[in-house]
Amino acid sequence: MTIQTVRNLRRFSQVLFFAVFCWLILKTNFDIDIDPTTVSEITLPYPVSIALQFDPLVALATLLANGTLFKGLLWSLVILIPTIFIGRFFCGWVCPLGSLNHWLSEIRSERLSFRGKGKIESNRYKKYQRIKYYIFLFVIAAALFGTLQTGLLDPLPLMARSIGTVVLPATHAAADGALGWVKSFGIPPVSSAAQSVYDFVAPTLLNFRRVHFHGILTIALLFGSILVLNRVFTRFWCRGLCPLGAMLGIFSRYAIFGLQKDEKSCDHCNLCLLSCQGADNPDIGAKWRQPECHLCLNCQAVCPQGSLKFKFFPTLEGTVTNPPPIQKVDISKRKTIASLAGGAALFPLLRSGDSFEVNANERLIRPPGSVAEDDFLARCIRCGQCMRVCPNNALHPTLLESGMEGIWTPILIPRIGYCEPSCTLCGQVCPTGAILELTMTEKVGDKETPPNRIGTAFFDRGRCLPWAMATPCIVCEEWCPTSPKSIYLKEEVVLDREGNEVRVQRPYIDPNICTGCGACEFACPVVDRPAVYVTSVGESRSPDNQLLLRRKDPSRPSREIPYER
Amino acid sequence: MKRREFLKRTTKATALAAVCGGAGWFFNNRQWFNYEPPMVSKHSFEVAPDNRFPQLTLTRDENHAAALHDALDAIGSIKRFVQPGERVTIKPNVGWDRTAAQAATTSPLLVGEMVRLCLEAGASKVIVSDVTCSEARRCFLRSGIREAAEKAGAEVILPMRDDFVVMDLGGELLTSWPVLKHFVETDRLINMPIVKQHSLTSCTISMKNLYGILGGRRNKLHQEIDRSIVDLASFSRPTLTVVDATRVLMRGGPQGGSLDDVNIEHTVLCATDQVAADARAVEFLGLDAARVGHIVLAKKAGLGAIDYRSVGYKENI
Repeated sequence: MTIQTVRNLRRFSQVLFFAVFCWLILKTNFDIDIDPTTVSEITLPYPVSIALQFDPLVALATLLANGTLFKGLLWSLVILIPTIFIGRFFCGWVCPLGSLNHWLSEIRSERLSFRGKGKIESNRYKKYQRIKYYIFLFVIAAALFGTLQTGLLDPLPLMARSIGTVVLPATHAAADGALGWVKSFGIPPVSSAAQSVYDFVAPTLLNFRRVHFHGILTIALLFGSILVLNRVFTRFWCRGLCPLGAMLGIFSRYAIFGLQKDEKSCDHCNLCLLSCQGADNPDIGAKWRQPECHLCLNCQAVCPQGSLKFKFFPTLEGTVTNPPPIQKVDISKRKTIASLAGGAALFPLLRSGDSFEVNANERLIRPPGSVAEDDFLARCIRCGQCMRVCPNNALHPTLLESGMEGIWTPILIPRIGYCEPSCTLCGQVCPTGAILELTMTEKVGDKETPPNRIGTAFFDRGRCLPWAMATPCIVCEEWCPTSPKSIYLKEEVVLDREGNEVRVQRPYIDPNICTGCGACEFACPVVDRPAVYVTSVGESRSPDNQLLLRRKDPSRPSREIPYER
Repeated sequence: MKRREFLKRTTKATALAAVCGGAGWFFNNRQWFNYEPPMVSKHSFEVAPDNRFPQLTLTRDENHAAALHDALDAIGSIKRFVQPGERVTIKPNVGWDRTAAQAATTSPLLVGEMVRLCLEAGASKVIVSDVTCSEARRCFLRSGIREAAEKAGAEVILPMRDDFVVMDLGGELLTSWPVLKHFVETDRLINMPIVKQHSLTSCTISMKNLYGILGGRRNKLHQEIDRSIVDLASFSRPTLTVVDATRVLMRGGPQGGSLDDVNIEHTVLCATDQVAADARAVEFLGLDAARVGHIVLAKKAGLGAIDYRSVGYKENI
């Protein structure tokens, strides 16, 4: 096999894994057909979060943060173990964000830094490339103390989050807008042509309904910046910032595969530098840096003299003009310690603010099946899969609702969508067990099992039509899905402004039964600030965040105690 | 200036002026381009009254398909309601993400059977749709109605945002409101409600089921629910109403959830008079139609009879 074939294989592999990754995210939605006579629960046909479970940084960080490797996270060894032997092949061959950066970096540019000498210079190893190691050490130390921040910058969750909550919803909005615009011309053949194009792309690219996400501009900003930076430095993200790349670089310390340079045949044309992705100094005369190399094999493929060769057990001895390669990562002991100390300090810093322990946001309603908040923050990687899969568009990335610590973790916003009692999809897709997979019985409860509760509803009697305005309504009671209904009514005769008697039914919440699903808040006709709203008190996951001394549930004979998982 | 240059420049300038003028004219009067013929939409799909048949029939049979056949034959058979080549829209109650056994949604078996009957009668196309409360995909899946209707040969259409047309409903309360186009752009409309308790209206049967043809913010309608139901029932006149009383949701309606709240009745009603159908069906809930606000109001509006025996009633129990 020639080196050109291998390089084409690498290109094929990049396209393939990028496509698979995107396909899995596209399939993370409620786009399924079931036969309800044979299937009692709606489950997704594919393991749509499997790509995230191949991420070694997710595995390492969640292991440090909560002490266990959840479900499929053992798959990450499939990436990690080969890396130990051959180096960062993941970055050059597999990583979808890496591939995207690769393609965006290689688009021809008018900028001088992207051509000739400028590009050769920018592709030499630079000190900024050390930043990623410090980021990695910082988030790992933070994880060790129990606050998981890797997901913010870990490329796979970042990519999943950005595609799922930014790119696809924005594409949908753009497609709808474009279709409406073309149709507004009112020329029938043009309208129908536009409609058929739309109908052609819709089943694969667009969600079955338009979704809206809270706070996606911040996610878009990070993702957009990463992509734009490629136009300044080739793969700036991969070289300088990516914590997963840093982790894989550290693990390639003892790699037995590497670049062997033949100084005799080299004529210093610098073509290798011109095409280098990792800025790892492939040219003769500089120290090749194993932990920076993405194994893209461009240098070997473009070398006209055949002076560069990737091989197992490369000759490591150097000569005067050609120094030996470096396998260690280029970080100083002091800065290593400083990064670790900074990460370790993050946890006490975050938790001595007014964190969830003392001043939880009452609207911090987590998805059903979520683990207790401190464990949740030690598990959630903010991949956004739960938000993407939620058929009611109920789950959203937070901004500051769970503090700086929990930015982009999922929150349920009942005004936009409520939690469907018969749905367990968010737990099915969570790759790290921040949201546990519930059975239908655990979700809605039965005679023995309590249902999973995410909060409790309250009435704002000053805004409620029957309470404040002598007007019949009770849409909330109609929508209440529990049996018996948590919302009960008392009929009263009230006087309106003119003194006429009006018979209204006034709604009350029974907190013993309410699960906090938010259907009442979703349906309330007082549209701007609903007259019934859900707060997190009473959520199953917390023994402390409880309202009642004990729950008296008429549908269940035994006393129900808030449980701890 | 040379002639060639003169021509070039004047041509360019004229072209630019033409683009500007054209754009101005285009945006000024779009109607000019609108060749699409105005949409023909109907809202009354009733058949002519026929004294040979009763206006309400009821059959009790543990074989629900047989019950439907029997009740339908007694009111004049499907041939009276569906002519060959017609497009039929069926409006079951698919309001909630519930299973058929929980009795919040119309029986999929009856919907499937109705689709089959329409197709056998020569319908060119049968559409099954509903503007659901819970997420439509889930409702149609879990209720089993999508499965049953598609197997029987119907086209199941979930409501999409662009499929609503704003119409003048001509009511006292309901004036301009978005309506799902499949319920007005068709030849025949068959309403297939299920009998359920409802805290505000005491029951939700045929007339209340017509809420499901509307889009928009329906939750506001609760403020004057009786009036809005009657406005809607005087606007939308189905060809036939088939009431599913095989299971009846006695409590916890309209969404239900507990099987303890469901009574098994094995009964199907067919009606050309919606009010009579509701008046008979509320008896399953232990109610008196004369005390149900919207039924009384509908009678007053001349939509039908509360005393269903007076309009021809035939039961087969």
